[in-house]
Amino acid sequence: MNPSTTTRGRLILVAIFGVALFMNVLPGPTWAEPFIPDWVALTLIYWCMAAPQRISVGVGWTLGIILDVLYGSLLGQHALAKAVIAFLTVHLHPQLRMFPRWQQAVSVFVLLVINQLLITWIRGATGQAPGTAAYWTPSIVGMLLWPWLFVILRDIRRRWHLS
Amino acid sequence: MISAFGKSFQWPSALTRFVLLALLSAALMIFDHRGQQLQQLRAVLMVVVYPIQVAAGIPVDLYNGLVAAVTSDKDLKERNLVLESERQQLLVRLQQFDAIGNENDRLRAMLGAASRVADRILVAELMEVSLEPFSRRLLIRRGARDGVYVGQPAIDAYGIVGQVTQVAPHVSTVTLITDPGHAIPVLDNRSGLRTVVFGSGDQDELTVPYLSRVADIKEGDQLISSGMGGVFPAGYPVATVTTIVNDPGESFLRIRARPTAQLNHGKQMLLIQPAATTEKPKTP
Repeated sequence: MNPSTTTRGRLILVAIFGVALFMNVLPGPTWAEPFIPDWVALTLIYWCMAAPQRISVGVGWTLGIILDVLYGSLLGQHALAKAVIAFLTVHLHPQLRMFPRWQQAVSVFVLLVINQLLITWIRGATGQAPGTAAYWTPSIVGMLLWPWLFVILRDIRRRWHLS
Repeated sequence: MISAFGKSFQWPSALTRFVLLALLSAALMIFDHRGQQLQQLRAVLMVVVYPIQVAAGIPVDLYNGLVAAVTSDKDLKERNLVLESERQQLLVRLQQFDAIGNENDRLRAMLGAASRVADRILVAELMEVSLEPFSRRLLIRRGARDGVYVGQPAIDAYGIVGQVTQVAPHVSTVTLITDPGHAIPVLDNRSGLRTVVFGSGDQDELTVPYLSRVADIKEGDQLISSGMGGVFPAGYPVATVTTIVNDPGESFLRIRARPTAQLNHGKQMLLIQPAATTEKPKTP
């Protein structure tokens, strides 16, 4: 009997991703933009690593589509990027779980950069790539936050026996 | 062990699902970029995600409520005085404006030219929510129900803000003139030079590319909308030229401009409904 398959487990996961989406669209001043990490990507990476049999490309893609609608960006842009990082994380999850925390953070950084790279390519192809170097700092911030986020999400997972 | 079990079990289907979803994303992107077919789908999805956007606005609303609560009576009275005097000045200027407008109409009638009809204006409140990072777009609390349409120009008290790019029943997205993908045709108010101003992605900067070194443009020039392209009405201020770099190694001038509209302040913007000018060529 796997508790994560229950309705309650499902609801908790929906709530967690809902909070991540909410934090992604939380308004802030423009100067703070480079310091806000992609919470949805970070949360997705964690769950793809911790529960790959439940959370994988399908969930990633759905979150991406919701982000596309929330952001008003090209439909499918974030969906593709999130599906790619979900796929990679699920593929690599046995290694990622074994890594010491700092090495895990570096891997997460690489995943976040892939996420942003795909989005810049698509935005460039449709004629609106952001040209500033500050565009990449959210990935660095995400990497630095990873160890803390990992602990918080792990505690949530253990507390409610998710996966 | 669950993971090993899950992996050996799920692996082939994960790849298949990934490939299918990737293809689906590609198809969506192509359709969204090329045509208008997905506008309906997006409008429906925008209604679905509306609660998240409302929730995201709550912290800022609370903060504003707090600020309003601690604003003292004295501050409000002072502010009221300032606004009152400003209003008087504006009314005086408006009197002249009316007279000039009438005169202009008479002159145009004499010349047989189409008379310029005043634009209709819809006030739209901004929604406190951040859109895609490093794009310059805003969400407003006006949608298809209020008659907002894609391509509708938005202004504030100081100049052109941007244009509506997506419309849902209750909200719509405005792309600012500073968005990296935005371009607006303008006219140099001093020399009459026609050009196009592009967004840079920076919140306070626009670029004016493709002007050769002999172009008649100076620092401090006011750029106003030229009305070409048909999206923006003519004659609204867009930007002020701040720097011009003439690099002999490059074929074009490197020109930076600052938007005249207050893109980062203000809680409201105005959507204009350009009145159709009745083109009636009269023969005298």
